[in-house]
Amino acid sequence: MEEYEIVIGLEIHAELCTESKLFCNCAYTFGASANDCTCPICLGMPGTLPVVNRRAVEFAVRAGLAMGCEITASSKFDRKNYFYPDLPKNYQISQYDIPLCQSGQVTFEFEGEPRTVALRRIHLEEDAGKSIHAEVTGDPTRSFMDFNRAGVPLLEIVSEPELHSPAEAIAYCRAVKEILEYIEVSDCNMEEGSLRCEPNLSLRPKGSKELGTRTEIKNKNSFQELIEAMEYEVRRQARILDAGEEVVQETLLFDASTGKTVAMRGKEEADDYRYFPEPDLVHVQISGEWVKEIQPTLPELPAARRERFISDYDISPENAEFLTSTRPIAEFFDEAARRSGEPTTCANWIMGDLTRLLNTAEIEIQDAKVTPAHLNELIHLIADATISGKIAKSVLDDAFETGKMPKEIVAEKGLAQITDTSEIEAIVLQVVEDNPGPAQDYRDGTKKAIGFLVGQVMRATRGKANPQLVNQILTRVLSTE
Amino acid sequence: MATITVEGIRHVANLARLEFNEEETEHFTEQLARILDYIGKLNELETDDVPPTSHIHPHQVFIMGSEAEASHVAKPDVVKPSYPREKVLANAPEAEEGYFGVPRVVDRSH
Repeated sequence: MEEYEIVIGLEIHAELCTESKLFCNCAYTFGASANDCTCPICLGMPGTLPVVNRRAVEFAVRAGLAMGCEITASSKFDRKNYFYPDLPKNYQISQYDIPLCQSGQVTFEFEGEPRTVALRRIHLEEDAGKSIHAEVTGDPTRSFMDFNRAGVPLLEIVSEPELHSPAEAIAYCRAVKEILEYIEVSDCNMEEGSLRCEPNLSLRPKGSKELGTRTEIKNKNSFQELIEAMEYEVRRQARILDAGEEVVQETLLFDASTGKTVAMRGKEEADDYRYFPEPDLVHVQISGEWVKEIQPTLPELPAARRERFISDYDISPENAEFLTSTRPIAEFFDEAARRSGEPTTCANWIMGDLTRLLNTAEIEIQDAKVTPAHLNELIHLIADATISGKIAKSVLDDAFETGKMPKEIVAEKGLAQITDTSEIEAIVLQVVEDNPGPAQDYRDGTKKAIGFLVGQVMRATRGKANPQLVNQILTRVLSTE
Repeated sequence: MATITVEGIRHVANLARLEFNEEETEHFTEQLARILDYIGKLNELETDDVPPTSHIHPHQVFIMGSEAEASHVAKPDVVKPSYPREKVLANAPEAEEGYFGVPRVVDRSH
């Protein structure tokens, strides 16, 4: 049996989060009632004319710049012609031979190593509507069309076939998703279909330079399904090649319930889209000045930020990965670390207690009442020994619930540590008197008996005594008496 | 000299979801060949020094982000009300619960 090398390229479609659609002024709201977000333009009524949404072009340029593309000074829209009921005009306005962004690359980490994958192009196009089958009336002879999504701006990001395993392809998709989220051009919500990844996959004998025949897998909107589909397809193609047969170039659908890919259409229906320039739209011409204006508005990208967290804040690569996993988390950490000057402590609080609270409440960090200012204050209260680390946890719980500042919570609830030695000494003496057994054990050499006594003192002070002080005073009291 | 074959006509007809009988196929093959010949006249023009374009408008007026950007080149990203659903569906041959109804289709995406 031959050994094969896997070759994967990806087409990623991302819906842009503009206010209005690509060629008309309708807003698109996911989950709106059928056909509530439509007008004669996005319905393709005769006599209507499209006008391109300036922000959609700007978002495409942002994405292009973020992925190191060349921005095409003069590109154009083309018509992609096919018949399907979810496409009102019988053509999709897309970009064919002159895309808005060309070449480019995406760098990401895979199995601890940096990987760079080249991009072929990024272009702008309009989304199609949605077709619903028997669900509406139960009539099996009809399908039903909702055009709310028709005309929503889509970015299509095409990679070169440079990925060599399903896991690596997923890592690439995650990196693209992360960049799009960072630069705020798409919400990348996979369940709602605003990010769709379509791999094309082929096998070739190890060492061969030629590409094998590829198949495309359509419409995967979860990474879990995507990886299952690719893994299945690798096994299927290997079986075909092992048997000495040929892989048929075709488009496949992955059925998550059976775990298998099935052909969507036969060869006789091979794609022939008869692209031609869209006569209703002028060329997309982008001035160099505009590109120069857009460039500085890009935020620091995830890869660069990860590097900076590692080098400037001395954060481990694993923790940096977590702390840059979304832009809001990264910005929260960045601000907290800068304010407090204690990056490691900030990282521990964010990844530990704060994440636990966020998960329990099922909210994202940007929606939390706790801000970097809260965390900074909390860290200082521990540093100057006003509260213990243990009390700090309950202060954070409280702040998370109410949004109150830690100092306010400590004052209100009287949580400040007792650092007055005479006050602690009085309690220590009382505890020793009440617990003659353990006290005697300690004096007789069972040193661990002190743990029980410390516990009693902490209990008597409701955790507010400074534990180091308690230990010191107890040791002194027990050895002098 | 452009050529078009009977095969070509069948292919184009299939893509356009049109059905022709033998006679019609012959007929359109001849007609389309004549049309292509006619358009082929354009090839006689000397265009070596003419930059290719797919649009009739002069370019310099349409540069986005330049001072020359004309207001109709691109629209601002502003929402205006969509059409009322009753109006949208008013001329639909078939409508059901707010949807357009069509003969059943199998899932096929592009």
